[in-house]
Amino acid sequence: MSENVGIVIVSHSADVARGTALMVEQMVGREVPLGWCGGDPGGGLGTNVEAIMKAIEQAWSEKGVAILVDLGGAETNSEMAIEMLPEERRGRVVVCNAPVVEGAVMAATEAASGATLEAVRRTAEELTPA
Amino acid sequence: MMIDCQVRKRLFETVARRVIANADELTDLDRAIGDGDHGTNMRRGFEAVLASVDELSAKSLGESLKGVGTTLVMKIGGASGPLYGTLFMSLGKSLSDEVTYEQTANAFAIAIEAVKARGKSDVGQKTMLDVLFPVARVLREGGTDITTRLKATARDAAEKTIPMRAIRGRASFLGERSIGHMDPGARSSALIVDAVAEFMEGLA
Repeated sequence: MSENVGIVIVSHSADVARGTALMVEQMVGREVPLGWCGGDPGGGLGTNVEAIMKAIEQAWSEKGVAILVDLGGAETNSEMAIEMLPEERRGRVVVCNAPVVEGAVMAATEAASGATLEAVRRTAEELTPA
Repeated sequence: MMIDCQVRKRLFETVARRVIANADELTDLDRAIGDGDHGTNMRRGFEAVLASVDELSAKSLGESLKGVGTTLVMKIGGASGPLYGTLFMSLGKSLSDEVTYEQTANAFAIAIEAVKARGKSDVGQKTMLDVLFPVARVLREGGTDITTRLKATARDAAEKTIPMRAIRGRASFLGERSIGHMDPGARSSALIVDAVAEFMEGLA
């Protein structure tokens, strides 16, 4: 059981999500629980609440999970997925306002150091101009 | 008015069939200013509603509406899933089998606020809210010929999104170029309002 914050990557494209996950693994190894998903329920480009919930489950850590998203629907669907989680988990999952690839790598690097969920989010969001 | 299991089933089928029948038009609208998947997504969501309509409508009205909302959230994909899902789930929270006109209008007013919060958007940004809010106003006013006015309001409100500039959603990337096209979400909302109003006329 990992003591580190988990990272979830949500893209409209399964290829982008998988590629980002590979980059994260290469940078930080497997010390950080990682989940990813991409594509709509029909297998096309898009996002999918059910898949996001599964990815959160996969990356679950008692310290929480930070989600990195690409375009609008990924954010809306991630927020929806968080609301549909069991109540005791809902408050421990955040969507980071950051670019998906850079954000995931930065967040995972921070998470690997044992940082809190809030610190992980802050690190990812440093990439976003205020 | 009593909305029993049979009425619920016919209502859900009417709405689903209307959306499915117009899915290509929604996709065409979305291709102009979005990512071209609105019709495909909405079709998938409402086909899933049709596929489980017996099971969905067997529960109370509130639970049925929540079930429709959850189905849409899970099956539509894209931002429309959570947005339409939130609309139906919120209606489900407010309504019981025996509903008055006033309760329906109130439930709708609450539901569109929930959609607004979910999309972090507002009226005037070229979205479905530009149809839902005028429709809520007509519902609140009440009066005679309500279904005729609901249909006209929904249709006109969707038309009014044509000159608007998108601020939210994929269309906002286009900036000025989003002007001159009807918003696909506004159009799908108008279709749903029209189908519900027509259904109500059939009941009266």
